Amino acid sequence: MRKTAPFFLLAFVAWTCQKHPAGIENIQIKGSDTEVNLVLALAERFMEQEPKASIAVTGGGSGTGIAALLNGKTSIANASRPMDSTERQMAEQRGIHPLALVIGIDALAIVVHKDNPIDRLNLSEIGRIFSGEIHNWAQIGGPRQEISLYGRQSNSGTFLFFREKVVQADYSPHLKQMNGTAQLVEALSTDPAGIGYAGIGYLAQPEKNHTDAFKVIRITAGPGSSAYSPFEYADVASGRYPITRPLYQYVNATPQGALLDFLLFAFGPEGQAIVRQNGYYPIAREQYAENLRQLHAETANE
Amino acid sequence: MKISATRADKLATVVFQFSAWLSVVVLAGIFTLLLYNGFKAFDRIRPQEFFLGYTWNPSGYSAPHYGVLSLLGSTLLVTCGAMVIAIPLGIGTAAYLSESAPPRVYQILKPVIELFAGIPSVALGFIGITILSPVLAHVFGLSNGLIALNGAILLALMALPTIITVSEDAIRAVPKTFREASFAVGATRETTLWRVTLPAAMSGIITAVMLGFGRALGETMTVLMATGNALAFPGGFFEPVRTMTAAIAIELGETAQHTTHYYALFAVGALLFAISLLVNILSETIARRFRYSQS
Repeated sequence: MRKTAPFFLLAFVAWTCQKHPAGIENIQIKGSDTEVNLVLALAERFMEQEPKASIAVTGGGSGTGIAALLNGKTSIANASRPMDSTERQMAEQRGIHPLALVIGIDALAIVVHKDNPIDRLNLSEIGRIFSGEIHNWAQIGGPRQEISLYGRQSNSGTFLFFREKVVQADYSPHLKQMNGTAQLVEALSTDPAGIGYAGIGYLAQPEKNHTDAFKVIRITAGPGSSAYSPFEYADVASGRYPITRPLYQYVNATPQGALLDFLLFAFGPEGQAIVRQNGYYPIAREQYAENLRQLHAETANE
Repeated sequence: MKISATRADKLATVVFQFSAWLSVVVLAGIFTLLLYNGFKAFDRIRPQEFFLGYTWNPSGYSAPHYGVLSLLGSTLLVTCGAMVIAIPLGIGTAAYLSESAPPRVYQILKPVIELFAGIPSVALGFIGITILSPVLAHVFGLSNGLIALNGAILLALMALPTIITVSEDAIRAVPKTFREASFAVGATRETTLWRVTLPAAMSGIITAVMLGFGRALGETMTVLMATGNALAFPGGFFEPVRTMTAAIAIELGETAQHTTHYYALFAVGALLFAISLLVNILSETIARRFRYSQS
C-alpha cells in the first residue's frame, strides 16, 4: 500500500493535467439561469452530432455571463436581457464586438400559490404589488393577508428585465431575493401568500415541477378585458401576453468552426424544436434572418 | 544525505516560526486591503450616509443607496439570536458531558458532536429551506419561514459544536481537588457545578462562546439561503433579513471592479472585520480578568 499510494497520486496528477486530444474544440457557455437548462439540452444534442465539440454550460446569471465574455472567460454569454450601455462601452474598450443572437422567446410567468383565489391581474397591479404599493391581498380582492414577495437577486437578468418592464420603480425592500428560479418556485409552492416570477421554461415541464402546488396568473390589459396565459404561443407571439423577452446568446464577432456550427444549430430548425420542448417559444422568421445576417456579415468580413 | 537530529530540530523551528509569522503577515495584509479599499468608498459616499443610512440598495432603480444599518442590524439580530439559543444549550451539554455522562453515552455523543462541526454550510442552508422553513411557518402561523429566526437556529447549530467542545475542555481542566473540596463541605453535585466548577472554568467558557460568536458572525452561505435576503431593515425575528456577509456574497460577483459599489462592499467587509476584532479583544480582556480572580 505504501508503494502504491505515490503511484495513485501521480496518476491523479497526470489525469488532472491531461489535455484534450487534438482536434477537440472546447466551448465555454456561461450566463443566464433562465437559459441554462435549455442551452444544456441544445449542447447535448449538438455534441451527439459533432463528437469533436466539447461544450460546458454553466449558469450564474446574465450579468455574470456578460462579464465573463468581456473578460474573455467564456465563448458564449447567455443573457435574458440585452447588454446595457456600460457593458457595451467596456466591450468596445476591450476590442470585443459582441453579436446578439436570439435563440428563443421567453414569457415571464407570474406565479402564486395554488390556493390563492386570484387568477388574473393586470400589468399595473403586478407592478404595484412588486413595488410594495399594494401589500395586502385584500387590496385586490383577495383574502386579508400580507403579500409575501419573491424575486431574484440583482445579478439576474430577470430581476432587471422585470423591474424595467413591469415595476418601473424600486422593488419593495421586503422582496425576498432568492438564489435561483428553482429555489423561488420551491418557496412559492409552500407559501399561501406568495407571489413571484419565473421564466416559462421553468414551469412548462411538468416532470420537473409539482405543477399542482402553484398557479400561473393570467394577465389582462385592464379591468373587464380578456386574460391571457403565458402558456399560449399565439398570445405570446402576438404580444397580447405582455411580459415576453428575447433570450440572447452573445458571442464575440467572427465565430468559427464548431462554435459557429453550434450557434447556427441553436437557432436553426432542430435547435428551435428543442427550444419548444424546453417550454420556451421559437423565434420569428425575421429574427432568424437577422441572426444569419449578423453571423454571415461578420464572417464575410474576414 | 543524513540530517542530524539537531539540524532537523533547527530546520523545524525555522519552518514553523516562519509559518507562525506568515499568518500574522497575512492577517495584517487582509486588514490593510479591506481598510484601503473600504476607505476609497468614502470618496464617493458620505460617511454619514454609509453609517447612518437605513437603505442598502446599490442597484436602485433611480439612485443607488449605501446605508449599512439594515445589513448591520440583520447581522446582529441573527448572530445574537443564535447565541441566545446556543450558549445555554452549549454550556449545558458541555457540563453534562464532562460531569455526569456515563462513559458509554459519552463515547457515542462526543464523536457525533464533533462530526456535526463538519456539516457543510450549504447542506445546512438546504435544510433551512426545505425543512426548517415550513416548520417555522406552521408553528408561528406565518406564510413562509424564510426569516431571521430560521438563520438564527441554523447558526446556533453551527456554533454549538465549537462551544460544546471548547467549554467541555475548560470544565475538564478544572482540578479535581476543587470539586472534592466542595463535596467535602457538603455541597451537592448541582451546587458544586454552579458555584465551583463553572466559575473556575469561566475563562475557557468565555473563549468558547466568543469562538462560537465569531463562527456565527462570519457565516455566509447558510444565512444567504435561509433568511430571504430582503433589503428592508429587520423588524424582528419573523422578518426576512439580509446580513452583511450575504450582501457581499450576492453582490460582489456582479460588481465591476473599481466602482463605488465595489468599494462599498469592501467597506462592509472592513466593518465586519472590525466587529469580530472588537469581540475578540473584549473576550480576551474578560477572560483574563476571570483567570486572575480565580487564582
